[in-house]
Amino acid sequence: MPTFFEKKQLVTPGEMLAEGDYLPGENTYAEAGKIYASRIGLVDSDNKKVNVVALKAFYVPKMGDIIIGTVAEVGFNGWTINIKGPYTALLRASDVLSRPFKPQNDELSAVLNAGDLIVAKIASYDRAHDPQLTVGEPGLGKITRGQIMYVTPTKIPRIIGRKGSMISMIKQVTNCQIILGLNGVILVTGKSEEDEELAITAIRKIEAESHTSGLTDRITQLLKEKKPEAKVEENKVE
Amino acid sequence: MNEKTEKLIDKKGIRLDGRKADELRSIKLQVGVLSNADGSAYVEHGKNKILAAAFGPREMHPKHLAQPDRMVLRCRYHMAPFSVPERKSPAPSRREVELSKVIKESLEPALFLELYPRTGVDVFIEVLQADGGTRCASITAAALAIADAGVPMKDLVVACAAGKVEDKVVLDLFDAEDKLGAADVPVAYMPNLNAVTLLQMDGILTPDEFEKAVNMAIDGCKKIYELQKEALKTKYMVIKEVEE
Repeated sequence: MPTFFEKKQLVTPGEMLAEGDYLPGENTYAEAGKIYASRIGLVDSDNKKVNVVALKAFYVPKMGDIIIGTVAEVGFNGWTINIKGPYTALLRASDVLSRPFKPQNDELSAVLNAGDLIVAKIASYDRAHDPQLTVGEPGLGKITRGQIMYVTPTKIPRIIGRKGSMISMIKQVTNCQIILGLNGVILVTGKSEEDEELAITAIRKIEAESHTSGLTDRITQLLKEKKPEAKVEENKVE
Repeated sequence: MNEKTEKLIDKKGIRLDGRKADELRSIKLQVGVLSNADGSAYVEHGKNKILAAAFGPREMHPKHLAQPDRMVLRCRYHMAPFSVPERKSPAPSRREVELSKVIKESLEPALFLELYPRTGVDVFIEVLQADGGTRCASITAAALAIADAGVPMKDLVVACAAGKVEDKVVLDLFDAEDKLGAADVPVAYMPNLNAVTLLQMDGILTPDEFEKAVNMAIDGCKKIYELQKEALKTKYMVIKEVEE
């Protein structure tokens, strides 16, 4: 039962990864007892499961995901939200108002208008229906300030880091609040524009170099250079 | 033109452009050339210059074209007015509509259409300069663009043609051979799955010649496939090298 890859090797769609007693994991598929890659990415195996960490992918909704979306249209009893994925999501008026919605009393565009950004959670999704969103939890709702940036959704776990180490380091050093939408949209809110810019530069660097090793060290160095006074806090993280 | 009086293959078996019978033209592939598309690729196959851009999966517009159980792949093959010696009208010709369909059908087997129902993937192929065998080069570029867009694929699709010129089966016909030769057999192929996704024939071949042409085209596909993988990896390798 051989495998045909080295750890962290770059593979392209269609490359054969393993034969025999293995299970296809993320971004792979099995055909006739063999496992092939289905996206360009880095291979890794975990016991008998072969995974490919994709270098480029799009967002596929999953129940419970926190995402950041843009209001695309104000409808009769809710909003359609662009979540930067293959499907547009729906947000119902009764969910936002937390009381029964009456069209004669409530003007929906006064609550959320086209172009507004929201942090929301995927309440339901299956292949036959478009995803439904909810904002009825703390931390969710309309975004009023901060900066938005976009990354490939597959890079989000790398930005979070092992047990959240990477993101908490950036948060502490730059003093920013960072919300990572699993659809690849990131909200950075800080006290000053320079802080936000630094956090964005760091995240951009992670995105560009996500598949290289020793990245945490380089990010630490970058943050140290740009913000030497934050050294004490940063040592605490390590 | 004096090409018509000249022999397409000389006594030593060398073709008009200096190639041997089983030799490919020079091929250059580049991935991620357009920043506004989700995925893109540029191919130079001999004198052919082709751009391909892929978008999606995204919501289908117009909506009635969406399928409730599967993703829809749409392809547009288009030749620029300046791609051929005599100006080509930019309106889609009968030939371009047919090629769009043929390219779509040769790429579909490589996609997991059932994974993303109600969505669509659009591929736009623009021929900037044509010199025979554009449908094959287009398929090669389109497959790269789709892979670059992050759409899961069973395998990359490669295409290459073989044909008959001066009673000899040769690989990868260019414009003059295509027009003056006896037959042309374009083949699209998925090397890892050993599956042919496009097989056409224009002209007359004996069964033996046909088999020889198909095998020759598949061998050509395998060579291009290596370049294709290389091109896809290069886009991400660059970053790695900067680090080292």
